[in-house]
Amino acid sequence: MSILKEIDHGTPAITSSITVSAKINGMDISVPEGTSIMRAASLYGIDIPKLCASDSLESFGSCRLCIVDYKDRTGFGYPSSCTTPITEGMEVITNNEKLTYLRKNLMELYISDHPLDCNTCAADGDCQLQDQASDLDLLGANNMLKPTRYNTVTNNTHLGQPIDSSNPYFNFDPEKCIVCSRCVRACNEVQGTYALSLHGRSYDTQIKPGIAENFLESECVSCGACVQSCPTGSLIEKTIVEKGIPDQTVLTTCGYCGVGCSFKAELKNGEVVRMVPHKDGKANHGHSCVKGRFAWGYTNHVDRIIKPMIREKITDPWEQVSWDRAITFAAAKLTKIQKEHGIQSIGGITSARTTNEEAYIVQKLIRTAFGNNNVDTCARVCHSPTGYGLKQTFGTSAGTQNFDSVLESDVILIIGANPIVAHPVFASQIKKRIKQGAKLIVADPRRTEIVESPHIKADYHLPLLPGSNVPLINAFSHVAVTEKLIDQNYINQRCDIESFNDWKEFISLEMHSPENAATATGLNATEIRAAARLYATGGNGAIYYGLGVTEHSQGSTMVMGMANLAMATGNVGSVGCGVNPLRGQNNVQGSCDMGSFPHELAGYQPIENDKMRGAFEKKWHVTIQNKPGMRSLNMFDAAVAGKFKGIYIQGEDFVQSEPNIQHIEQAFKSMECVIVQDLFLTETASYAHVFFPATSFLEKDGTFTNAERRINRVRPVMEPISGKHEWEITQELGQAMGYQMNYSSSSEIMDEISELAPTFKGVSFDKLDKLGSVQWPCNDEAPEGTPIMHVGEFVRGKGKFILTEYVPTTEAANRKYPLLLTTGRNLTQYNVGTQTRRTPNTIWGEDDVLEIHPADASTRGVNNETLVLLRSRKGETTLRAIITENIPPGVVYTTFHNPETGANVVTTENSDWATNCPEYKVTAVEVEPAEHRSEWQIKRTRELKKFRQIRSP
Amino acid sequence: MMHENSICFSNINQPESWKIENYMASGGYLQWKKILQGQPGDKARQKIVEIIKTSGLRGRGGAGFPTGLKWSFMPKTTEQKYLVCNSDESEPGTCHDREILKLNPHAVIEGMAIAGFAMDATVGYNYVRGEFIKDCYPIVEFALQEAYTHNLLGKNILGSGVNFDLYNFLGAGAYICGEETGLLESLEGKQGKPRFKPPFPAKFGVYGMPTTVNNTQTLASVPKIIEQGTEWYKSMGTDKSPGTNIFSVTGHVNKPGNYELPLGIPFADLLERAGGMLDNKKLKAVIPGGLSTKVLPGDVIADCTMDYESLASAGSALGTGAVVVIAEGTCMVELLKRSSRFYYVENCGQCTPCREGTGWLYRLLQKITQGKGQESDLTLLVDVANRIEGNTICAFGDAAAWPVQSFIEHYYSEFEYMINNHGKSIAA
Ligand SMILES: Cc1cc2nc3c(=O)[nH]c(=O)nc-3n(C[C@H](O)[C@H](O)[C@H](O)COP(=O)(O)O)c2cc1C
Ligand code: SF4
Ligand code: SF4
Ligand code: SF4
Ligand code: FES
Repeated sequence: MSILKEIDHGTPAITSSITVSAKINGMDISVPEGTSIMRAASLYGIDIPKLCASDSLESFGSCRLCIVDYKDRTGFGYPSSCTTPITEGMEVITNNEKLTYLRKNLMELYISDHPLDCNTCAADGDCQLQDQASDLDLLGANNMLKPTRYNTVTNNTHLGQPIDSSNPYFNFDPEKCIVCSRCVRACNEVQGTYALSLHGRSYDTQIKPGIAENFLESECVSCGACVQSCPTGSLIEKTIVEKGIPDQTVLTTCGYCGVGCSFKAELKNGEVVRMVPHKDGKANHGHSCVKGRFAWGYTNHVDRIIKPMIREKITDPWEQVSWDRAITFAAAKLTKIQKEHGIQSIGGITSARTTNEEAYIVQKLIRTAFGNNNVDTCARVCHSPTGYGLKQTFGTSAGTQNFDSVLESDVILIIGANPIVAHPVFASQIKKRIKQGAKLIVADPRRTEIVESPHIKADYHLPLLPGSNVPLINAFSHVAVTEKLIDQNYINQRCDIESFNDWKEFISLEMHSPENAATATGLNATEIRAAARLYATGGNGAIYYGLGVTEHSQGSTMVMGMANLAMATGNVGSVGCGVNPLRGQNNVQGSCDMGSFPHELAGYQPIENDKMRGAFEKKWHVTIQNKPGMRSLNMFDAAVAGKFKGIYIQGEDFVQSEPNIQHIEQAFKSMECVIVQDLFLTETASYAHVFFPATSFLEKDGTFTNAERRINRVRPVMEPISGKHEWEITQELGQAMGYQMNYSSSSEIMDEISELAPTFKGVSFDKLDKLGSVQWPCNDEAPEGTPIMHVGEFVRGKGKFILTEYVPTTEAANRKYPLLLTTGRNLTQYNVGTQTRRTPNTIWGEDDVLEIHPADASTRGVNNETLVLLRSRKGETTLRAIITENIPPGVVYTTFHNPETGANVVTTENSDWATNCPEYKVTAVEVEPAEHRSEWQIKRTRELKKFRQIRSP
Repeated sequence: MMHENSICFSNINQPESWKIENYMASGGYLQWKKILQGQPGDKARQKIVEIIKTSGLRGRGGAGFPTGLKWSFMPKTTEQKYLVCNSDESEPGTCHDREILKLNPHAVIEGMAIAGFAMDATVGYNYVRGEFIKDCYPIVEFALQEAYTHNLLGKNILGSGVNFDLYNFLGAGAYICGEETGLLESLEGKQGKPRFKPPFPAKFGVYGMPTTVNNTQTLASVPKIIEQGTEWYKSMGTDKSPGTNIFSVTGHVNKPGNYELPLGIPFADLLERAGGMLDNKKLKAVIPGGLSTKVLPGDVIADCTMDYESLASAGSALGTGAVVVIAEGTCMVELLKRSSRFYYVENCGQCTPCREGTGWLYRLLQKITQGKGQESDLTLLVDVANRIEGNTICAFGDAAAWPVQSFIEHYYSEFEYMINNHGKSIAA
C-alpha cells in the first residue's frame, strides 16, 4: 500500500437523533444536530483550511484559518467553522475572495515568525503549514516559504531557539511551533497526562513541558499523542529526522500488551521509520503508548539471534547450523527421549506473544506428533483463574465487554490492576470517562497512578492487604444482598435460582460483613460499605481487574466472587457493565482460545468430550489422548523427578517469569532436550539445547486476539529475518517427527481453526481485511462478531452463583518474614524486559526497585535509593529501595522486569487451587540493608555467562 | 447639577460608608429584605427581571448590553446556576469599580443577592482584580463577612427558604481575565484564556453551568433602581441611555477623577466638571470609553453628549466610561505605540491574528518611532488591524485594532511626518 493518510474531519463526531439540513457551497447536506460547519463540510468532501482543529480533539478556534461566511450572517467578523455548529437552513460559503484574502494574510503572519527553508525540514512534504502555504501561493518553486511583508522587521521573533531533543524518541523545535495548542490538547484530552502547557501569554506564548526544563524531565509519558497531532515539524519523531518521511503504510497490530492497538507501520524504502496508531483501530482509536509507538527498535537489535543453533550439553558453546540440521537434531532428540522414557516424557509451551496461528500449530504438534496433551501456555501464570472462574459462572473464558463499553459506565471498579502503566491506552479511555463524571473505586494495596492523577481522583481507594481480595469482594456482595441493593428481577430472569439462593444464604452470613472483613483486609468497614453501596447503586457498574486478582492462591475464587457480585447487581450483559480481565500480553487471550491448555482443545472444547475431540481427530487424522496432559508446573516437577526430559518452548522466558526460580533452574538442568524458539538468548535459552530463531511482530503474518476478544490482523512489513515463519518451523518439526502438516500460509491455519472451533466459525483473513477486526464469538448468529457477551442470555444458559469461601494463603507474614511482598510492572518496561531493555526505553530506568513505606524503612535502617536484601523462605536477592507512601506499612512492592534482580527467586511455589496460577502477589519477606549483591545473583551471573557462549562460525 | 452621585455613589460622602450599619442606615438591604419577606417565588423573580428590563439599565462592563435582557437568557431550569460579578476592572483609564468596591461594597453585595435571586443563581462570585489586593480586597472581604454576620447571605436567608452564597475571588493580574469567559476560566483555576462563543455563559458558564457575568457598576445599580423605581431611574439620562454613569476622567484635565453623572450630559459639561483643560491647553483628542474605544478628535467630541448613541454615531463608543482627555502637543504616534504595547503584552496568546498581529502592530510602531519607518508601514498597520478585527475568539482583538485604525485615520499626517523625518514628532 502506498502511504495511508486518514481523513481528518476537524471536529469530533456528534451523536444526535435530530438531523439538520443546510447548504454548503450550494450542496445540500444533512448532519446530526450540533455538528460543526467544518465537519459537515468535510463529511461531504469539502475541505476547509485548518491548522488548530483535529477530529481527535475538542474544537478550539484559535488559528482562524477556517473562517467561513453564510447567508444573512449578522455581526462583524467571520465565524470559525470549527467552533460554529451548522444550523437548519444555513447557507454556508467556504471560499470567496474576502475569505481567501484574510486567510492569506493570516498565513503571512505565521510565516513571518517561521523558518522559510522547508527544504531543510524533516517534515517537508508532511506539514500542514506548508500545505496551507502552498494552497495560498505562499510556497515558492524552490520549496521555500515566500518572505512576507513582515520579514522586513526582523527583531524579536521566535527564530533561533534550541531544539529540545531530550526525549529519546522525538524532538521539539520551538522555532517551527505555530502555537496551535494541538499538542497541549492531545496530552490533556487524548492521553490525559496534562504534561504540556501554553506558557506565558501574548506573543511570548510558547509550548512548555510544564514546569520542567525539557520533555525528558517532565511528566510526559512519551505516548506520542502530541507528536502525532502536531501539524508542523515542531514535534517530530527522531526516526523521521534521521530517515525521512515514509512512502508506504502497512496496517498491523502492536505486539506488546493486551490492549492490542492498531498501528500504521510506516515504511521508507521498505524499512520501518515510524509506527503511528491507526485512527480506525477499534481498540485504540488512534491512540498509543510509548511501547507500541516508539519501542519497536528491538526488532533489529544486534542481540537478535537470526540463525538456528544447537548443542549437546548446556555447558557447550552454541553452534550455528542450517535450519534442516537444527530441525532434524531436535526431532531426533525428542523421538529418542520418547522411546526411552515414554510418550509422556516430552511436552511444549505455546506463547502468548505469537499469533493465534502460531500458537495453534504448536498445540497441534503436541497433540499429534508428540502424541500427548502436555501443552500449556504462559497464561497459566497470569489469567488461568479468569478462564476458570468466568467459565464456571458465565460459561465462557473471557472478558464480557469491548473497551468502548467503559464510556458508558457510571461506576468503575478496578481491582488489582494498574492500567495507567500496564494498559495505558485503555487507561486513557477510563480517565476520559471519569472526567465526564463516572465514579471510581480502586482496590489495590498500592496507591497506583489511577487513584490520583491530574483531574482524576478515586472516590474510594481501598488499600487492602495482599491476599485479602476474597473477603473484600464477599463483603461487597454481603452489603448488596443484606441492604437489598441487588437486582432481583435480573436474577430471576437470567440466573440459576437455586445457586443464587444458596449463595444468598452463604453471603448473608455475618462472617462476610465488612465489619468482619476489616481484619483480613486491613480496611475500614465503613469505607468498604460505602464503596459497595456505590457499586451496587451507582448505575452501570463495570469491573476491571488484573493480575492482582488472579495471581493468588484464591485467584479463581476471587474471579467467581466478582462474577457473583456483578450478576447479583444485574451488571452483566449490557453496555457499560461487565467483568473484565485486563490481559497482559498481546495474545494471551488468543493463546488460550487456541487450545493451549492440557485439558482443552481450541475454542475451549474439553478434551474429554468424545464428540468434540472426535472432530479434531477426524481433521487431523490421529487419535488424541482423551485425558488432560500435564500443566507446566507438573512438567517441571516431573523433570526434577527425572520423568520429563524434553520440552519445546515457544517464546516464553520461563526461568525468569516462573515463581521460585531455583526450582525451575533445577528442572531445566535435568532435561535432555530443551528447545527454545525466541528472538534473543533469554534466561531460559541458557538451559536449551536447540534454539530456533523466532520472528518479531513486524515479520509475522497472522492474528492477535486482545483483551476484549478482538481478533486483529498482524501484517508483515518484511520477510522473516531468520528465513522462516514460526508456523513453518513447527510444521517442519512435526514433519521430521513423522506427522505431516502442509499449510502454505497462516490464513490456511485460520481456516482450519474456524472449521474446528465454533466460536471462530465466521473468522477468516478475508473478513478481517474487510471489517478491520472482529470480536469472537463470530459465527452464523454474529457474523460481525460480538462486542458484548451474555446479552439476553449467558453463554452457559443461566448465570451460576458459586460459593466463594475464603481460604487464606499459607503464606502469611510472621516474625521472621514480617512484610508482604507484592509485584507489578512499570510503564516503560514490558514483562521480563526482553524487548524493552533493548530499546531507548532504558533511559527511564531498567532496574527493578523495591518500594517500601517510610515506617518500615526506618525501623530497618533502610535509606532511600540504597541496596537492600530481600529475603523469603525461598530465596534472596538484592535491589534498590525506594521509600514511598504509595505503599501501606507492612507491604513492599517490586517490579519483575530485570533478570539481574530475579525478583521471582523469592516468590513461592504456592498457586491457585483451581488452576495452579502462581501466587506472585503474596510472599512473606524481610528486608534489610545490603552491602553487595546477593550470593545467588553473583553465582548466577557467572553461570549464565557460561551457558550463553556462541562458537564463532 | 441635581443628579450627581445618585446611584452607586449615593452614600460615598458619608463617613465609613463601607460599613454595613451605615449602608443600612441609608436604606441599604431594605430591598433585599423585602424580597425575602414577600413571596420569594418564580413570580417575584420574574418581576425583578421585568423591573430591570423596564429601567433600561445597560451593562457598564463596556459593551452596554441591556442587563434585564441578559438576565432573561438564563434557563429556567433547576440546575445549579451562577452569578459572577466582574470586578477585574483593568481597562486603561477606568477606575470607578475600584471606588465602588472601596466605598460602597454593600451595594454590590445587595445587587448580587437580588440579581442572584432573580435568576435563581444560588451561588455568586465576585472576581476582583489582582492588583486590588491591598486597598480594596480587604474591604470587600470585610463587607462580605458583615453581610454573612447579618444573615443576609447564606442558606435559608432570614428564614425565607432563599439561598445565596457569595465568594470573593482575587485574580492574578491579567487584563484578559476581565473578558467574561477568560474570567470564568480563571475562576475555575485555569489560565485565563477566553472561550469561543457560542456557547455563551448563560448556557455554558463557570464549571459548565449557566452563568451570568455582570460588571460591578451594573450590579451596584440594582438596589437603587428597585428602591426608587424605573420611572425615577429613567428620569435621568436619555431615552436609550437611561440612568447615570460613573465617568473616570483622566489625562490633561485639572481635576481628574470619578464623576457619577446622568448619561447624555454634553462632553463640555463633563470637561468642566473635571476642572477644564490642564494649563488651559487646547483639546486635541479624547478616547471616550477606555483605551479600547476609538479616539475622537477634539472638534468631534465637542459636539457629543456622553451616552451610547451619541458616541457611537461619532464613530466611537461609551465603553467603560473612562474618558482620556488629550491636549494639544501630545504626540499621537508615541501615544499609539504605548497603547499598542499594552495589547501586545496583555493578549492571552491563544488565537493567531491577535497573538501575532498585536506583535506586528507594536513592532511596526516601534520601528516608526525609532525613525526607521516607511510609508508602506502605515498601510501595513491598518491592514493588520483590519484583519484582527472580527476574526478572533474574543473582543480583545477588536480592542487592539480600533486604536490603530482610528489614530491613523484621524492623525495620518503625524505618522507621515515622523516617517519622513526620521522619527521626529510633529507635536514636539
Ligand atoms: C479584553 C476585555 C476586557 C474586559 N475587561 C472587563 C473588565 O475589566 N470589567 C468588566 O466589567 N468587563 C470587562 N469586559 C467586558 C466583559 O467581557 C463583559 O462583557 C462584562 O463583564 C459584562 O458585564 P455587563 O453586562 O454588566 O457590562 C472586558 C471585555 C474584553 C473583551
Ligand atoms: S508524549 Fe504523550 S504524555 Fe508526553 S507530552 Fe506528548 S501527549 Fe503528553
Ligand atoms: S508543537 Fe506543534 S502541535 Fe504543539 S503548538 Fe506547536 S505546532 Fe502546535
Ligand atoms: S497499549 Fe499495549 S497494545 Fe497499545 S501501544 Fe501500548 S503496548 Fe501496544
Ligand atoms: S481550524 Fe478553526 S480556528 Fe483553527
